[in-house]
Amino acid sequence: MSRLSRLLPALIGLTLISTGALAEELTGTLKKVKETGTITIGHRESSIPFSYLDDKQQPVGYAMDLCLRIVDAVKTKLNMPNLKVNLQPVTSANRIPLMQNGTIDLECGSTTNSVKRQEQVAFGPTYFVINVTAAVKKNSGIKTLADLNGKTISTTSGTTSVPLLKQYEKTKSVDVKEIYGKDHAESFLLLSQDRSSAFIMDDILLAGQIANSGNPGDYVIISESLRQEPYSMMLRKDDPQFKALVDKTIGDVMKSGEIEKIYAKWFTSPVPPKNINLNFPATAAIKDAFANPNDKGVQ
Amino acid sequence: MNYNWNWGVFFEELPGGEATYWEILLEGVGWTLAVSALAWIIALVIGSVIGTIRTTQSRPLVALGNAWVEFFRNIPLLVQIFLWYFVVPEVSAPLKAWVVQAEPSHVQFLMAVIGLGLFTSARVAEQVRAGIQSLPRGQRAAGMAVGLTTTQTYRFVLLPMAFRIIIPPLTSETMNLIKNSSVALTIGLAELTFRAREMGEYTFNFFEAFSAATLIYIAIAMTANRVMAHVERRVAVPGYIAGGAK
Repeated sequence: MSRLSRLLPALIGLTLISTGALAEELTGTLKKVKETGTITIGHRESSIPFSYLDDKQQPVGYAMDLCLRIVDAVKTKLNMPNLKVNLQPVTSANRIPLMQNGTIDLECGSTTNSVKRQEQVAFGPTYFVINVTAAVKKNSGIKTLADLNGKTISTTSGTTSVPLLKQYEKTKSVDVKEIYGKDHAESFLLLSQDRSSAFIMDDILLAGQIANSGNPGDYVIISESLRQEPYSMMLRKDDPQFKALVDKTIGDVMKSGEIEKIYAKWFTSPVPPKNINLNFPATAAIKDAFANPNDKGVQ
Repeated sequence: MNYNWNWGVFFEELPGGEATYWEILLEGVGWTLAVSALAWIIALVIGSVIGTIRTTQSRPLVALGNAWVEFFRNIPLLVQIFLWYFVVPEVSAPLKAWVVQAEPSHVQFLMAVIGLGLFTSARVAEQVRAGIQSLPRGQRAAGMAVGLTTTQTYRFVLLPMAFRIIIPPLTSETMNLIKNSSVALTIGLAELTFRAREMGEYTFNFFEAFSAATLIYIAIAMTANRVMAHVERRVAVPGYIAGGAK
C-alpha cells in the first residue's frame, strides 16, 4: 500500500505530462501550491459584506465567493481536486507583509487597488467601486460636504479617507477637525455619540455600519463623493501565471453575468449573521467594472 | 520573500502633499514623549502616595491603597484607555459638553495621560510598598524612638532609603510606560506607532515604517534607562545596598 501511495503521484504526474496538461512549466504561486498541496487565502474578520466571520466563525462574503472561484480554477488547472485550502485572518496592517513572505497566496477583502500599492503587490480585476463620502445624522441638517465646514468629523486611521479630506479642505477652503477611530466601529461610535458630526469613509462600509446600528433610520449617506476607489483581490507581484488565471477566472464570472447573482446575494439581500440587508444596488461605476474587467489602480 | 525595500520612502510626501513621512514620524515622537512624561509624573506622585499608605498602621488607608492597586492593575490597559475616552464622558454631562467642542487631539491626549498615568501608578505603588517593606523594621522603630511623628518618620527615615532601593525596578517601569504609550493609538492619538501604521497603510512599506519606529523606541527607552542609572549613581549612599550600577 505504501509503495502504491508513493507511486501514485508519479503515475498521475506522468499521465498529466503525457496528456499535455502540464505542458507549461509552473512558476510562482501555482508552483508553490502544486509543491505544498495547499493554497492559503487571507480573509478579513469584519469587512461586511466582503469578507467577514459569520455566526459559525467561518469566513464568508462577496470577495470570499469570488476567491473560491479562483480556488476551483486552481484545482482544475493543477488537477488537484483535493487541494487543501487554508484560511488565514489578516488585518489591514499585516495583509501586505503576509502576502510578501508567502503566508497567504491570495487576499480577499476590501483592499483598495492603488498605483502606489502596485509597487508592492498585484491586484485582480476590480470587483467593487466605492465612493469616499460621509455618513451624518439625519437631524444634523448636513446635506453636502461643504456643510461640514467648522465641524468635527471622524474617520478610521490609516485609511485613504484622511489625505482625501485634507486635499478637499485645501481646495475648497473648508476647515474641519478630525478624530481618528482605530476601526470603523469606533469611528461610527464617535458619530453616534455626537462627538463627530460626520463619519468619512467608503460608502459601502458606511452602509454596513448604519445597517448594523440600533437605529439605521437616524443616519443618511451624503450623495457627494470625494473620490472613487476600486476594490480588488490582492496577489503577489511578478507572478504572471497566477495573475493570468485570476484575471481569466474573474473575467469569465463577470462576462457571463454570473457576477450579478453573486452581487445580489451580498448587497441587496439579507446577509448573515444578523440577516441585515445593505440595500446597496450596483452603481454605474460598478456596472462598468463588470462590463470591462480591469485592474487599474487609483492614483 | 520578495519585498521591495525602499528606504527613500521617508522623504516622500504623504498623499495630499502636506508633509513628508519622516516629519509625521517626528510629530509622533513628540506626542509619545509628551504622553509618557506627563503620565510618568502622575504615576510617580500617585504611586508614591498609594504605596506609602499601604505600609501605614491605619486599616482604612491600607484598604484604600489595596483597592486602588487591585483596580488599576487588574484591568487591561487597552480597556482602561477605551473606558476613559469613550465611556467616562457619556456618564458626565459637563465633561461630555467639553469633549464635544474641544480640539480632538487635546481630549485624546488628556485621556491617554490619565489612563496611562493611573494604570502605571498602581504598579509604582507596588514598588514603593515593596521598597519600604524591605527596610529593616528597626528603622521605623528608631524614627519613633527619637520622637518623630509618623509623617516625619516616613519623610526623613523610610522614604529616602526606600526610593533609592527601588530605582532599578522604577527604571523598568519608566521604560514600560514609554512603550505602553503606544496604546494611545487606539483612541486616535497620533503618536509614534500610529504614525508608523499610517505610513505603512499609505505606502505599503510596513517594514521600513516599523523599523524606524523600533529604532526610535529603543533610543527613547535607552535614554530613559541611562538617565535613571545616572540618578541612581548620584543619589547612592556610600556603603548602602543601592549603590550598585557604577
